[in-house]
Amino acid sequence: MKKKCAFWIDGKSYEADEGENLVDAALAHQLFIPSLCYHKHLEPPLGTCRTCICKINGKYGPACTEKVHDGLQIELNTPELLDMRKAVVEMMFAEGNHFCPSCEKSGACDLQHMGYELGVATARFPHLFEDRLIDFKPKRMIMEHNRCIKCRRCVEEVFTDEGKRVFMYVNRGNETFVGIDYEQESRLSEAQALHAMKLCPTGAIIVRGESLPRPLGDRIFDNQSVQKDFHSAPIQQMEADPKEKKRVATVSLAGCFGCHMSLLDIDTGILDVAELVSFDKSPLTDIKKFSGRCHLGLVEGGCCNSHNIEVLQYFRKMCDVLVVVGECAVWGGVPAMRNTIPLSECLEEAYLHSLTSETGETIIPYHEDLPKMLDRVYACNEIVKVDYSIPGCPPSAEHIWKAVKSILFGAEFSLLYAEFKYD
Amino acid sequence: MSISIPSNKYLFPIEPRRSALLSDLWQYQLSERYISDAAIRHLADAHHLSVIEVEGVASFYHFFQRQPAGKHTIYLDNSIVATLKGSEKIKVAFEQATGARTGSVDASGTFGLFDTPCIGLSDHQPAALIDFYPFTDLNEKKVKEIVDLLRQGKTAKEIYDVPDDHLRYLPDNNRSILFADENTGEAVGKLQAHTPESILELLQKTDIRGKGGAFFSTWLKWDACRKQAASPKFIICNADEGEPGTFKDRVLLNSQTPSMLEGMIIAAYTVGATYGIIYLRGEYRWLEEKIQQNIDDFRAKGLLGVNAAGIKGFKFDIRLETGAGSYVCGEETALLESLEGKRGEPRIKMYLPVEKGYLQLPTVVNNVETFCTVARLLQMGLSEYIKRGIPGSPGTKLISISGDCRLPGTYEIEWGMPVLELLDLCQADDPFMIQVSGPSGHSISMKEQHHRICMPGAGIPDSMNCGGSFMVFGKNNDLLDILLNFASFFKQESCGVCTPCRAGNFIIQRKLAHLCHGTGDSADLQELKKWAILMEASSRCGLGKTAGNAIIDTIEKFENYFSQRLPETGNTGIRAFDMVAAVQEYEKFKPLAP
Ligand SMILES: Cc1cc2nc3c(=O)[nH]c(=O)nc-3n(C[C@H](O)[C@H](O)[C@H](O)COP(=O)(O)O)c2cc1C
Ligand code: SF4
Ligand code: SF4
Ligand code: SF4
Ligand code: FES
Repeated sequence: MKKKCAFWIDGKSYEADEGENLVDAALAHQLFIPSLCYHKHLEPPLGTCRTCICKINGKYGPACTEKVHDGLQIELNTPELLDMRKAVVEMMFAEGNHFCPSCEKSGACDLQHMGYELGVATARFPHLFEDRLIDFKPKRMIMEHNRCIKCRRCVEEVFTDEGKRVFMYVNRGNETFVGIDYEQESRLSEAQALHAMKLCPTGAIIVRGESLPRPLGDRIFDNQSVQKDFHSAPIQQMEADPKEKKRVATVSLAGCFGCHMSLLDIDTGILDVAELVSFDKSPLTDIKKFSGRCHLGLVEGGCCNSHNIEVLQYFRKMCDVLVVVGECAVWGGVPAMRNTIPLSECLEEAYLHSLTSETGETIIPYHEDLPKMLDRVYACNEIVKVDYSIPGCPPSAEHIWKAVKSILFGAEFSLLYAEFKYD
Repeated sequence: MSISIPSNKYLFPIEPRRSALLSDLWQYQLSERYISDAAIRHLADAHHLSVIEVEGVASFYHFFQRQPAGKHTIYLDNSIVATLKGSEKIKVAFEQATGARTGSVDASGTFGLFDTPCIGLSDHQPAALIDFYPFTDLNEKKVKEIVDLLRQGKTAKEIYDVPDDHLRYLPDNNRSILFADENTGEAVGKLQAHTPESILELLQKTDIRGKGGAFFSTWLKWDACRKQAASPKFIICNADEGEPGTFKDRVLLNSQTPSMLEGMIIAAYTVGATYGIIYLRGEYRWLEEKIQQNIDDFRAKGLLGVNAAGIKGFKFDIRLETGAGSYVCGEETALLESLEGKRGEPRIKMYLPVEKGYLQLPTVVNNVETFCTVARLLQMGLSEYIKRGIPGSPGTKLISISGDCRLPGTYEIEWGMPVLELLDLCQADDPFMIQVSGPSGHSISMKEQHHRICMPGAGIPDSMNCGGSFMVFGKNNDLLDILLNFASFFKQESCGVCTPCRAGNFIIQRKLAHLCHGTGDSADLQELKKWAILMEASSRCGLGKTAGNAIIDTIEKFENYFSQRLPETGNTGIRAFDMVAAVQEYEKFKPLAP
């Protein structure tokens, strides 16, 4: 029999086997400590991602490298620590290039899952948009360096039968990436390769032919959350009796109009909405000019040209509260895929070298009256102060309207796991 | 290719071959001037490793070049002090003289020109390493002459500048500890009269603490190692001195190597260690020969080897290992990894090095100055030693002063000296901000000029500690430029293992670059501070934890400065945006006027 011990989390005492990993010991008592690099059987623990930061006997430290013992004092869910862990996860989204809608791992990705669990609506850090390789050279695998969070799991766990490493960190600092050894990779069995893909917490290791996702709604994390109330709550009927209708304006910048479509998806709910708000400038009403100050502005899309910037700045001026809707507005989204490539290359490829362009016949459009392309796509919060962000690609109608109504009428709201989708 | 690899001849018998990987890579770097794919493959086979593992190690250290780096490789110091002393002009001069652009090699393959962080010559800036030999106090004319000589076939070894120690100040009345008169072997000679316990007692009574920056109690460390059952044990001398602005260990290595070796022998005797390793930073390769000569000399004198220091049954030997350009390798667990032939990534803090250190064996890691101090203590004895310094903080500290002062150099001060006195000594005419203990240390304003420099935790009011670096900045400097220089350093030197430091330093560096460019306001500054605090709490090792110190300090202490330097955050909610810069690339497609 293992020796039991009593340890403390947020002032309450819990029992566990002495020497058990803190993350596991806490989970056994339904206390969730976010973790990403932690991989149960790897000893010593990796301690790389820092998602599990808490206070251990009064000092900041990662939970995953801590073994419980008698008297261990843990602070876990203080507002400060909750925010810190969220910030670390946001940092991963800002550092990598995560385009969830086109990712094979979406729905089965630990990073994405952690984003939902911790309520990451937007990254407080500007995205770095570093150009990273997608390595198609390995025999069985594709290494998607844009998605790797350098958790080290693959480095420490994947070896050939000869005992040689297949993955290894290369370079250092922000240039660090996880290199793959082509020769050793080709020696892995099918099962070993699949194991590598499975142990990767993100979509960085993809085994060819194994990348078919399970259907939406049936993916690993679609039906699982530590949040007790993760099943979508029905939209609350607004009791409020608004004395005046709130004025709302909307705009689509560098987006696909999908978020506006989603706005309309509310079906008959639109009647409920129409009782509460009136639309000012918006593509929904086709009103082109502001008729006055608005209570709330909804922005779809980021800024890819000079016109977008001007419109967004004007929206900020005209709206009391500015809400950005959808991934593109929140951080750039799909249009930001170009951000890792120089603008000239993008334009030349699109207008001069594409299959349908004839040599000497096509030009890159430039005219006084045309908006000017920016060097990259900017997230709205890089240009103006944003009050609320609603993530999703697109966010569902219910989700948007719930947020909008809550903001307008001062109700508390939190996004529940099931409403919270990046893809 | 005539290099016989792996060459584990110089390793101690207990060490695995892998420990020779760095030295093997050095052999290729020095003989072929870069590490070719063939070399990587050869080393992988010889060490029974996968190619990617060797690649991973080689790419960690910036002196290992993966592309041909020229017949002569020039590394120009880009630290903040170098910038202050005009390194930008020197860069241009080198580019013109060699025909190479910084970061590349000239067309003929003769000269490679690269940037490198502080090379430990802040008292001689602008300075560069050429083929790993120092060239100091550069000016445009001198650059041209050097390049001409190299073109004429001279080697860097023949023409390099031997850096002056610039020993500017020692405590009066023969109160110096580190530079006290001594005869080699005197300190270890006293060992006969000591037991390990009596040495520990001596260290405890004098409260000697680590001089590498963390001020950890030396007797506690040694005692913990002594109590370990596992053997053999190791003594490691941390001569990685990477903290920008620090060059005090360079001075000690140049003139006090015997003291250092004696200190290591004393440590070995106390904890029962058999092997010693000096981890010398790659930037100090030019000191390698001298140090090795001292080691050989010690062996010849019987101070090292079997019956070391004449003590029956005490076996102890020392070897020298050279790093290859990585600041984080000064962190003791990263240093251990590096010695094991791996990437210099700090370990998780599950075990202390004294428990599981080098090769998972009990290991003492101490700084050069710590070993020197212990040797001198043994020589002079307790009663003499504690006369130095002040109650609560006895002893002296070696400090490297650089920046805006007329007498940059090395100062041995007694603990307790006020900042102002030190500023007077070095003739700093117009100090505005002082960066104490390097970029990872603390920024102080002249409001703290009366604070006394002591060991931390001595309970002395209005005091501050100093790990060795003391960079003085006058009013003509832009604090944002300084912060950006520091951030670029940390961004580059982060080992890349943990998220907050790897990504955080990059994010911070970007934001500072924006602020320097003029797109940003005081709200951005507050954001920076929050991010620095986050990194401090969540990073894995001291590098990430301290990288934001200067940001936090300066924002707090130089509020007035920043409120004038940066625009106020307006209440329009519209952030500064440089439209001209953002559309610059697109403007290239503007058709020419017909
Ligand atoms: C990023 C980083 C860099 C360091 N660099 C050095 C160094 O160059 N030299 C040094 O002696 N200690 C350095 N240290 C401190 C060492 O980790 C360690 O505390 C020291 O070598 C112990 O020796 P001491 O007790 O004699 O000071 C560094 C620490 C960190 C976190
Ligand atoms: S699913 Fe995961 S790995 Fe894929 S893009 Fe989204 S966060 Fe990144
Ligand atoms: S490839 Fe996957 S498992 Fe490997 S370090 Fe990156 S995220 Fe972790
Ligand atoms: S804090 Fe920086 S240097 Fe230290 S382990 Fe993390 S990434 Fe590496
Ligand atoms: S889970 Fe603890 S550091 Fe990654």
